[in-house]
Amino acid sequence: MPILSYLVLPKAGAMEQLCTDLSAMECCEVIPSDNEEVVVLVTDTPDENTEKRLQKTLKDLPSLQSINMTFGHSGEAGE
Amino acid sequence: MKINRRSFIKFSAASSALAAAGSIFPGISFAGWQNQEGASGRINWQKAPCRFCGTGCGVLIGMSGDRAVAVKGDPNCSVNKGLCCVKGFHSVQALYAKDRLKKAQIRKNGKMVEVPISEALDVIAAKIKETIKKHGKDSVSMYGSGQWTIPDGYVASKLFKGCLGTNNVEANARLCMASAVTGFMTSFGIDEPMGCYEDIEAADVMILWGNNMAEMHPVLFSRMLASRKRKRNVTIVDFATRSTRTSQAADKSILFKPNTDLAVANAICYEIIRNDWVNWDFVKKHTTFHKGKTNIGYGTEDHFSFKDKPEDITFEEYKTFLADYTPEKVERISGVSAKDIKYMASLYGDPSKKVTSFWCMGMNQHVRGTWIQNLVYNIHLLTGKISTPGNSPFSLTGQPSACGTVREVGTLTHKLPHGVVMNEEHRKMAAEIWDVPVSNIDPKPTYHTVEMFRALDRGDIRFMWIQVTNPMITMPKLKRYREGCLKEDRFIVVSDVYPTPTTDVADVILPATMWVEQEGMYGNSERRTQHFDAIVPGPGDTMSDTWQLIEVARRLGFKKQFPWGKDEYIEKIWEEYRRFHDSPKHNMAPYSVLKKRSGVQWPFVNGKETRWRFNPKYDPACKKGTDFDFYGKKDGKAWIWARPYEPAAESPDHEYNFWLCTGRVIEHWHTGSMTRRIPILHNAMPESYVEINPEDAADLGVTNGEKVKIVSRRGEIVMKASINGRGVPPRGTVFVPFFDESYKINELTLDAFCPISKQPDYKKCAVRLEKA
Repeated sequence: MPILSYLVLPKAGAMEQLCTDLSAMECCEVIPSDNEEVVVLVTDTPDENTEKRLQKTLKDLPSLQSINMTFGHSGEAGE
Repeated sequence: MKINRRSFIKFSAASSALAAAGSIFPGISFAGWQNQEGASGRINWQKAPCRFCGTGCGVLIGMSGDRAVAVKGDPNCSVNKGLCCVKGFHSVQALYAKDRLKKAQIRKNGKMVEVPISEALDVIAAKIKETIKKHGKDSVSMYGSGQWTIPDGYVASKLFKGCLGTNNVEANARLCMASAVTGFMTSFGIDEPMGCYEDIEAADVMILWGNNMAEMHPVLFSRMLASRKRKRNVTIVDFATRSTRTSQAADKSILFKPNTDLAVANAICYEIIRNDWVNWDFVKKHTTFHKGKTNIGYGTEDHFSFKDKPEDITFEEYKTFLADYTPEKVERISGVSAKDIKYMASLYGDPSKKVTSFWCMGMNQHVRGTWIQNLVYNIHLLTGKISTPGNSPFSLTGQPSACGTVREVGTLTHKLPHGVVMNEEHRKMAAEIWDVPVSNIDPKPTYHTVEMFRALDRGDIRFMWIQVTNPMITMPKLKRYREGCLKEDRFIVVSDVYPTPTTDVADVILPATMWVEQEGMYGNSERRTQHFDAIVPGPGDTMSDTWQLIEVARRLGFKKQFPWGKDEYIEKIWEEYRRFHDSPKHNMAPYSVLKKRSGVQWPFVNGKETRWRFNPKYDPACKKGTDFDFYGKKDGKAWIWARPYEPAAESPDHEYNFWLCTGRVIEHWHTGSMTRRIPILHNAMPESYVEINPEDAADLGVTNGEKVKIVSRRGEIVMKASINGRGVPPRGTVFVPFFDESYKINELTLDAFCPISKQPDYKKCAVRLEKA
């Protein structure tokens, strides 16, 4: 239900790895910048539990330096 | 575009993040963000030359997974230094239109039926065998293109000339640059420009001879304008038959009457001599004077033949010849004022100015195309302004590999990859490299392009394989040649990427891979060979033109000559082809070097590219101890030619009182078969039109957008008038772009050609106008 977007910064030298890691995760769409070390991440999860699991996985990613939310939509019942 | 609520929210989420990124990192770029759906991750940029014109811009193609999603100019390519034109920026969209040809088709009971590609290749091989058995080896033919890759053209030549033994190999470059070749050959004895694009920044004066570079070579034109802005003492002169965007940007626009550029060029030489602006040291050491036949005809009849007979003349005889071309006399012929002729002569004559001349179709598609090239070379030779940075007579090409594939590989009836079929030593070299008996290679050329289509119409040719070109739009006097293709007992094979009026006349259609769906090389206008990898998978059963030819060659029993595997064939073909040019005059870079760089200029000698030929400071092929060496001629001297003004094949008269000139527009590539399928380009220029002078339009009672009937002795067409649009012809002239297959303007044009180059003149025939 929730749709969120983030600006994600990789650890030094880990841009490629970060893109690979995020692209491999379910519910994630990745838009890397082609001239800065920044990735736009859009997540679209079907329910609260999945959203929680995803948040935890993101926080534990070794290639990720910081993650900053830029947009949030909580979803509506039946959506 | 349909978008549901959830997609809309996701799109908003992405946009928010992109906006936030933009506020934190000024100049940040997300080239792939519009292709978010299905994106697999980071955009991967890969180099290639642009698919379209002969400039040879380097582009970087943004790949998301298997899909090309973006294009940007390659900052490491010296041609465009990161710039791109509107066609280049949108070029990858040409890969993905809905009606892409993905399956082979064969005509069965009058209808095209999809078949496995192997079946179509079997049919082609069987038909070639059957046709040769019934009608002889010269009844089969190959018609290719300056959009062929170098390997495409090379294997076509090897199969037809080396294995089948017919010289029936031609390419559409005959229609676009044959006069440039014969111009180089007659003046210098060797083909292709001596200079390079760096001449643009080095020149003080650039004179454009019938060349609308703002639309046809926009990236080079941008470099010219940037140089003028930076240096502030640069002069650009547009010498043309109609006012265009180039005229608007030039410092001076001078209009001349069609075909009279010959007279003006002679008048410039007259003035250079009269004012003693001749570089005598250069002329005495490096030139000789000659004349040829005159009243040489126009080739409008079948079986026309012409052979020039050069004779030596003295400088004094040349000067006497020029006495007919005083600026005042030429003003009456050309409509160019004596003052403007003297102005142009003064620019060329000023020893303190570096002058580069540019030209393309205006001088090439010309019934005296070879002569006008000779005459512009005369100007540069008399003043010694040649083969040094900024001093260049520069013939530009229109197609991405007209130079690489047609001129260098030699995919014309008289040519071989090195030299000509008439020369025994050249035949021996080809036979050895191709591993065929030398007797296989016929010493007699057969048909140039116009005559090849005439032979098809007559029945002398029964089989034609057309690759990467659209002659059912581009042939002059089109109706005759289309009807010829449709005659009984003619068999036409067409390899292409989209349906066209040429696939409409085909008996077999082969779906081809396009551009970066295959590995290959192009060769651009400045002797630069550009390699590209296969970076996008071709759809369906598509196959490269090279591989189609190899498959047919093997079916014909030539496995020994075409032994390569699919994973190596481009490298193997390149290294075999390179053997033909193994000399300091033409050495090509090895495959490994081409793979790494964004283009390499030949001659490539001892690991170095050659920027300016014939000048020993830059060109290792020159004799040591000379200041110039025009080594294409045996005595090392360039030829100055006495060539007169002669009129066009057909000029306006009482009945047909307008000149018709045809050409291109910036949005579309040639016949539009690719660019008209790119929505943004199609929407920007959705249909062709006829440019009319406002006063002529008023006389006809026609306003902008109203329909006009254009009638020639060969056909008629109705289309919308463009008055005071991007181009404005002088009174008595109309201009029609040829990109739109709904308006086949070549049904009106005349198949007259330069008797030396055999290149048709698309710029001059007579028409009348009626309000439709």
